[in-house]
Amino acid sequence: MSLSPVEGVALAEIESTGGPEEKGLVGRSPGQLVWSRLRRDRTAMVSGIVLAVLILAALAAPLISRLYGASPSQQFGDLLDATGMPLGYVGGVSGDHWFGLEPGLGRDIFIRMIYGIRTSLLIALGAAVVTTTIGVVLGIVAGYLGGVVDAVIGWFTDVALAMPFLVFALAVVPTFSLRFYGPRDAIPTWFAVTTLIVVFAAFGWTGTARLVRGQVVSLREREFVEAARASGAGLGHMLFRQLLPNIWAPILVAFSLAVPSYVTGEAALSFLGVGLPESVPSFGRMIYRSIDYLQTDPAYVFFPGIAIFALVLAFNLFGDALRDALDPKSSR
Amino acid sequence: MTEPLLKVRGLTKHFPVRDGFRAGGAVRAVDGLDFDVRPGETLGLVGESGCGKTTTGRMLVRLLDSTSGSIEFAGRDITHARRGELRPLRQDLQIIFQDPYASLNPRHTVGRIVAMPLQVNGINPPGGTKKRVQELLELVGLNPEHYNRYPHEFSGGQRQRIGIARALALRPKLIVADEPVSALDVSIQAQVINLLRDLQRDLDLAFVFIAHDLAVVRHFCHRVAVMYLGKIVEIGDRNDIYQHPQHPYTRALLSAIPDVTTLGPAGRIRLAGDVPTPLSPPSGCRFRTRCWKAQDHCATEEPALITRDGGRQLTACHFPETGTISQDSGPAGATAEEVSK
Amino acid sequence: MVRFLLKRLLLAVSVLLAVSVVSFLMFFALPRDPVTGMCPKNCNAERLERVRTELGLNDPKPQQYVNYMKGIFVGRDLGSAQGGKCEAPCLGYSYVNSEAVSDTFARVLPVTLNIVLPAAVLWLAIGVGLGMISALRRGSLLDRISIGLTLTFASLQLYFVGAVLLLIFVYSLKILPTPRYTPIFENPAEWARGLVLAWVTLALLFSAIYARLSRAQMLETLSEDFVRTARAKGVAKRKVYGRHALRAAITPIVTIAGIDVGAALGGTVITETTFGIQGLGRTAVEAVRQGDLPTIMATVLISALFVVVANIVVDLLYAYIDPRVRLG
Repeated sequence: MSLSPVEGVALAEIESTGGPEEKGLVGRSPGQLVWSRLRRDRTAMVSGIVLAVLILAALAAPLISRLYGASPSQQFGDLLDATGMPLGYVGGVSGDHWFGLEPGLGRDIFIRMIYGIRTSLLIALGAAVVTTTIGVVLGIVAGYLGGVVDAVIGWFTDVALAMPFLVFALAVVPTFSLRFYGPRDAIPTWFAVTTLIVVFAAFGWTGTARLVRGQVVSLREREFVEAARASGAGLGHMLFRQLLPNIWAPILVAFSLAVPSYVTGEAALSFLGVGLPESVPSFGRMIYRSIDYLQTDPAYVFFPGIAIFALVLAFNLFGDALRDALDPKSSR
Repeated sequence: MTEPLLKVRGLTKHFPVRDGFRAGGAVRAVDGLDFDVRPGETLGLVGESGCGKTTTGRMLVRLLDSTSGSIEFAGRDITHARRGELRPLRQDLQIIFQDPYASLNPRHTVGRIVAMPLQVNGINPPGGTKKRVQELLELVGLNPEHYNRYPHEFSGGQRQRIGIARALALRPKLIVADEPVSALDVSIQAQVINLLRDLQRDLDLAFVFIAHDLAVVRHFCHRVAVMYLGKIVEIGDRNDIYQHPQHPYTRALLSAIPDVTTLGPAGRIRLAGDVPTPLSPPSGCRFRTRCWKAQDHCATEEPALITRDGGRQLTACHFPETGTISQDSGPAGATAEEVSK
Repeated sequence: MVRFLLKRLLLAVSVLLAVSVVSFLMFFALPRDPVTGMCPKNCNAERLERVRTELGLNDPKPQQYVNYMKGIFVGRDLGSAQGGKCEAPCLGYSYVNSEAVSDTFARVLPVTLNIVLPAAVLWLAIGVGLGMISALRRGSLLDRISIGLTLTFASLQLYFVGAVLLLIFVYSLKILPTPRYTPIFENPAEWARGLVLAWVTLALLFSAIYARLSRAQMLETLSEDFVRTARAKGVAKRKVYGRHALRAAITPIVTIAGIDVGAALGGTVITETTFGIQGLGRTAVEAVRQGDLPTIMATVLISALFVVVANIVVDLLYAYIDPRVRLG
């Protein structure tokens, strides 16, 4: 699956430059070196701060909602005109409603976006954790054991890659809900969120698995691995104590680039109308609804569109900077 | 004579070569080795690159499974022992690797690297793991305060010492040292060899010392086995091998040590041609294609590894050499690899 | 080479089979009642039961699967309610569209190809060109601008870009018609005017990916020893770079082209929905909304076929470019 184009590219760059090799100053662990490099990188710091602010906003959404004086489901019908369009300029932007109001329902766009970030990050982080875990475990096992195990895992990767993600997800999400709920039942939010994470997990592990497998294959014959084997280390120790610490760098980069790809993916599915229920604030839903008002209320398209762009860009920039910090050879 | 610690009989390793769907031949990397190592003894395993000495070393510590033959360690057959059964033996049987840069996990601290064998075997030494690790670091001549440093902060020689400390962690009886100094500068080589020799004396260690550097082997080993194309061609006590080599190949190897001045009539022996492919080694005596004494007989009958012509060592040659080579050996630097050049 | 090809084909067939089994399970076995939402608005229990019988949904599941696969390869008889005999690539009958699924696809597939193929030409040309130039002028202003732009564009959302373009060119400036598909042989000018927004939208995003990948590949190639040796020997810069640039340009295309087919298909789903063009993607979205299982299933299978075929082509190209693959 390549939801986010950047992910694949950045990983390809990491693969092509070979494993990260630390040749640093005396007395500092590899982790400290990376941190100091990251601190010197202006892009990393700026995108990191933006991310921190967005994550904080998502965590503190209820608090913000109280301070701001509007809840995401609150309707301000009196600020709409007879046709349901917000009064005033730029979609009803005012001191009370910073980004204006939704046409039709009259809900506040700013607070819905804050909650939208919350939904997006929850799903994206959840999916990224699950897919990365699956990918790492399968990749490391396939790479280390090789042979039949490798071939079987490789075949599953091929199958997962052959399924066109968006089309498949589009089709599976509603069927999945239909399995457990009637066509007219209200689908609880947690179920919709879990379904999305499961669907992302079913497809998203392939990239990480391939990446990890490649790295492990190149490490497998190294002598420190043999040294551990000669000391009688078991499979678990080999995989997770000896090999895993050496492939953290690409995994971290893959993770940081997977998050925006799931933000995009969730939004795309919501945009196509199969993601989350209407009641849950989400970027994709907002944009999907807003397309109908493109001519009459462009501000409605603009604000969520820019917000999701900023979120994804910040993640991509940070992931890029992280890769540079972890693998100095690839940059400049 | 004491009971051997390690007893190897008919040890063989064939690597199958697959050509698409068809099963092709096999690379006969190691082809029927017999040797013993007694407690506290050092056996040098020398030969050119590709003669199977490294493969042998890996089989001894069970990093590779042998195709056939048996390995007996401390009276127990470990040829097919599973991981669980091997566990007690692992403590007695350790390996030191050639490349000090590849043999240490770059993401682990020195403390963790040296403690690894203790950890995976669930051993909690008296006084704690950290104390034991620091003892070990001191034992191999490193600063115990460097416990928390990472391998990249050390030089090649220091890294090799870390590798040695790791091998010593379980108090082994036998260490397979796979070219432990060939990746190091000559000046560092001597230090590491001396360290190994001190350890051997103090801890009563037995070594299988794999090398292509004959001078180093002479310096360190009690007994020497010369390998050629997966077979031992000559094995015996150091002085017998170095002073009265009987196999022409041993002679050729020795003649390549730069400072051996009195070689007898032959002078420096240059071997013609390349080492034949182990995919289809020559019939009869494997060395015959490069041997200046080869006759028809050598192509048909494989020479047995026995004592010949009053020599004390075992030699696999139909037409053994006689004659003595002068005592003093050259400095470090003559290598088996040079012979074929 | 023949053996390599044969092995590859076998693998591809097994993958396709697996996809078909998984999709079948997902769409026909997983739902409590696959007919739900499949029959037109006013349907009662009796009619539902009839649909079930006609679709053979009362048969055991394995039997249903076999029938479905048989339909694809040799055709099957669907019964009079579904238009009777269904010829060889039979993908079933859609109650929603009241036609055989294969007929629907015959209509919408060309639309999608007319969107994707010109867009692909566009993004390859822009992406690879930009990537190579910025690699050759590494660290220059142009390079830095290009890096920034590509990262920016790669972070954009298709539907957002589409919406903005639609707003500017169709609604505000009114220089383009509402996007629609006109066959090229009917009216080439209208064909281009109707689809250009879709092409540009896709190309903006995808060229960003290719630019980044080509740049990375090119830098990698330029730092290789043989290139440095050639430069040191005094081979003209233009000649060295020209020759290796070519290879560096081909590799990234080949590398992600296969994987990208899936992404491009996903891209057209969104693009077609945004612009309201009736292609494969929009058909899929509508089928999902209406619970039109035969159409959904067929969409997944056809998309998987595209991806698998593309992967085989990629493998062959690789084998052609890099002889080591053939031996491996």
